[in-house]
Amino acid sequence: MRRILPFAFVALLCAWVLSTLLPPHNKTDFDLVGFGKLPVLVDGRVKPIDSVARTTLLMLQGHQSVKDADGKSIAPEAWILDMLVRPKTADTMQVFAIVNPDVLTILHLKPADGAGDKLFSFDQLRPRVDEVERQAQMASQVDNGQRDAFQRAVLQLHENLALYQRIRFSLQTPDTKDLLSDLKRFQDIVVPGSAAVRAKEANKPYDEKLYKEILDYANRFSFIADNAGILMIPPSKGEKSDDWRNVGKALEETFGTGEVNPNVLAYAGLAYAWQAQRATDFNEIVRLYHQQLAKTLRSDVLKSSVEARFNSAEPFATAYTLYVIAFLLAIISWVAAPEVLGRTAFGTMVLAFVVATIGIILRMWLEGRPPVTNLYSSALFVGWVAVALCIVLEYFYRNAVASVAGGFVGFCTLVIAQHLALGGDTMEMMRAVLDSNFWLATHVVTVTVGYGATYLAGFLALIYVVRGVFTKSLDQNTADSLQRMVYGIVCFATLFSLIGTILGGIWADQSWGRFWGWDPKENGALIIVLWNAVILHARWGGMVRQRGLMGLAIFGNIVTSWSWFGTNMLGVGLHSYGFMAAAFYWLIAFVLSQLAFIAIATLPIDRWRSKLRA
Amino acid sequence: MFKEIKTLLIRFFTSLELTVVLLVMSIILVFVATLAQVNLGIWEVQQKYFHSFFVMWHPTGGGFSLPIFPGGYLIGGFLFVNLVAAHIYRFAFKWRRLGIIIAHLGLIVLLVGELLTGIWQKEYQMQLAPGETKSYAESFTNFELAVIDTTDPKVDHVVAIPTSMLAKDKAIQVPSLPFQIVARAYYPNSVLRMRTDADKGQPSLANVGIGPQVLATDAPLTYKPDETNTPAAFVELIGPDHSLGTYLVSSQLGMPQAFTYDGHNYTIALRVERRYMPFSLTLKSLHHDVYPGSDIPKNFSSIVRLRSADGKEDRIVRIYMNNPLRYGGLTFYQYQMNSAGAGFSVLQVVRNPSWLLPYISCLMLAVGLLIHFTIMLFGFVRKRRAPAAAAR
Repeated sequence: MRRILPFAFVALLCAWVLSTLLPPHNKTDFDLVGFGKLPVLVDGRVKPIDSVARTTLLMLQGHQSVKDADGKSIAPEAWILDMLVRPKTADTMQVFAIVNPDVLTILHLKPADGAGDKLFSFDQLRPRVDEVERQAQMASQVDNGQRDAFQRAVLQLHENLALYQRIRFSLQTPDTKDLLSDLKRFQDIVVPGSAAVRAKEANKPYDEKLYKEILDYANRFSFIADNAGILMIPPSKGEKSDDWRNVGKALEETFGTGEVNPNVLAYAGLAYAWQAQRATDFNEIVRLYHQQLAKTLRSDVLKSSVEARFNSAEPFATAYTLYVIAFLLAIISWVAAPEVLGRTAFGTMVLAFVVATIGIILRMWLEGRPPVTNLYSSALFVGWVAVALCIVLEYFYRNAVASVAGGFVGFCTLVIAQHLALGGDTMEMMRAVLDSNFWLATHVVTVTVGYGATYLAGFLALIYVVRGVFTKSLDQNTADSLQRMVYGIVCFATLFSLIGTILGGIWADQSWGRFWGWDPKENGALIIVLWNAVILHARWGGMVRQRGLMGLAIFGNIVTSWSWFGTNMLGVGLHSYGFMAAAFYWLIAFVLSQLAFIAIATLPIDRWRSKLRA
Repeated sequence: MFKEIKTLLIRFFTSLELTVVLLVMSIILVFVATLAQVNLGIWEVQQKYFHSFFVMWHPTGGGFSLPIFPGGYLIGGFLFVNLVAAHIYRFAFKWRRLGIIIAHLGLIVLLVGELLTGIWQKEYQMQLAPGETKSYAESFTNFELAVIDTTDPKVDHVVAIPTSMLAKDKAIQVPSLPFQIVARAYYPNSVLRMRTDADKGQPSLANVGIGPQVLATDAPLTYKPDETNTPAAFVELIGPDHSLGTYLVSSQLGMPQAFTYDGHNYTIALRVERRYMPFSLTLKSLHHDVYPGSDIPKNFSSIVRLRSADGKEDRIVRIYMNNPLRYGGLTFYQYQMNSAGAGFSVLQVVRNPSWLLPYISCLMLAVGLLIHFTIMLFGFVRKRRAPAAAAR
């Protein structure tokens, strides 16, 4: 029984994990899943429309779920379809998150006007868009670091409005009633119409009505060409693989070719079917268009459909739940049924790790990059490294300590990652100087492994302090094994942060002309190395023993957080490409909490509830 | 007595306590210096905190300064002594310690490398428009007073005096010039504008050239990364028998000022310090690539023709992100680019003879730590195995 229970429980969780991987099904008659897989190009990357919809919603409102005007939940794909072809409907949906009271004031809105007191529709903002524009103009003249909450919020809203408009103007002008018949008419008159334009320019007799009509088309296409945010039209045969263009540009090309681009017609067909709510037609067009695209864009179509599937499976959300379960089971195992629960917790942690690993590998394949490319992926990877080490530790020690640490760190890093994802596409393109897979794979990965290991040492030390001071459950054996774990992990962290930092220096020498420039991020990494060296030398010199080691290791959490996030908040230096002001207060709170734990660790040993050797 | 002191000193300098104290102090120094970068520029921070023996505090209005914390050179120096002493006196060689010894030797190489870099490294920039050829690079921060004998139309004879030598009222005598140069005033940063009638109350120090028509005022030094200092100086040229007059020179004055003396034609100007090279670079073209459908920069590259003065080298080079050109002891990096219109490309030019040391150090550290931690890991596993086997 003792052997079977853990197996049975983990097997059950496995079944649940597998069920998240099943293909998503359509909740309505429309094949929105199929539509969501269509590849488009945004911000330099080919991705499924599904990703565009989800990322945009995340940026606008902080979450991916969206409701129509009647309060009924709709799929992100349905929302973006409305944005593209039924803008009047989309404009009634409350997708702008605004909480700053001063911003609401200039909008003439009250929290109660919004869904959940914070979500507003474009229709609600429309009368005051000009004022937002004016306020944003003024706020943008203030230096980034000097802006107050209102200025930041109004700039954010301004950016969100621009993002919203770019999506809305990606397929057609807002006054378009029926794109498909418009384009049919355009196809009929493009040749004689162009002739009329040339005739007028040459001062020859021309057809006035035709001339005006064609001019009207040209103006509308040029509006889309200038404002569209989504590049929906793939390169034609013989063009370079990144020669995507927006619908406006593709339609302007008709004046030269005389033929409306068939890709535009496919989207016009989808627009027609969606407007008329004809599911059979819609699904047939999606199917045929997929078939068509697969002929020329094999790898883009494959990657897009995998990415859409990845979006719906949400492996990191699954891993997040599993980490919480592992953490709770492991904690309970300290007071009851240590063997059964301990094994179950270990199994659950391994399962969570496998899911997270698959997620990271898929991201690497989609991006064609090493695992860490930005703050978001660094959060994923820090957690991954810490959990990997925990699995090794738990394999050796089997006292559920490393399962608790692994569950906790895994969970925390995924929470951080979730918040970092609000910034936009988490698979963004790498800026010029970072565009080097060799250095991303060596320097960035080793440094991030160093972060993960330093954190793990810190969290193991936290377990020691919390268990020792507040509970009677920490016996001398466990305390000693915790000491060995922390020491081993600090050694590991020293190795990786040192090598990683020096590799960073070498990269800097390659790209900026100096090995070391005392840039904030470089200094942050250096401090981690120095701090780990302090811990090791203090230990070797007998300056600290068990509790001292734990206190120093907890301070490592502060040092690492400073390097990871704090240095980016200074807003200076060459590395400040991940600026985030909102997280500042969280960082302060975290630092204070760690200092409090260090203070608690210095309580005299007879005040600890667990009886340990002095 | 002497022996006792020696033992005490050795004990002090080889102690791990000293190591820990020095490491903690360096953490504090690095952290404070990082915060200081918000207000001071990176150059100033480096000078104040790292390339110094003490961090000095200048109380406002005090007119004096106090050392308040050891600077980079002092802490680094002590760490160096600590490391070397430990190697000599404490680290008895055992195979088990091989990794630790290699790693610490690597650390010594790193510290020495950083010191040498601090002393030897020189940074310049080179701004090139398409088609332009240059055989010199310009300093980021330093200026020089250039007096050029242009009499020979084929060859210019340049005398360049660094502004650090322009002390007030000190005469500078250069063998190749028939006159002395005396700085009457030097402003490390200045504001220049044309004089108006309202400025009549402030007579100019200059009495020849453009100087009398321009009002130059002293300005506080700027450390902002996007601003540069624009120095100005009033220099009097004094021949053997009489003064040639006082010139206003400044990096803000576009053209050098010309004059004739003793049958020779000269020009005088305050300009950015130049470093001449025995080869030239010609910018053939520049490229600024962005990702499609975005303005995220993908790459910056400059296609350059490299020609040496001795004619032995004439080839096309592509300098782009993460791929500098190393030639003639200098390294050329793609630094900035302006692709508006014809545009221009700015290369960063670095001379650092000790650039290879960090690479060697990295290798030693990695190998050393790997050896050490592998030995430890095997020991750990063996220890874990033993009790497990006994229990069975």
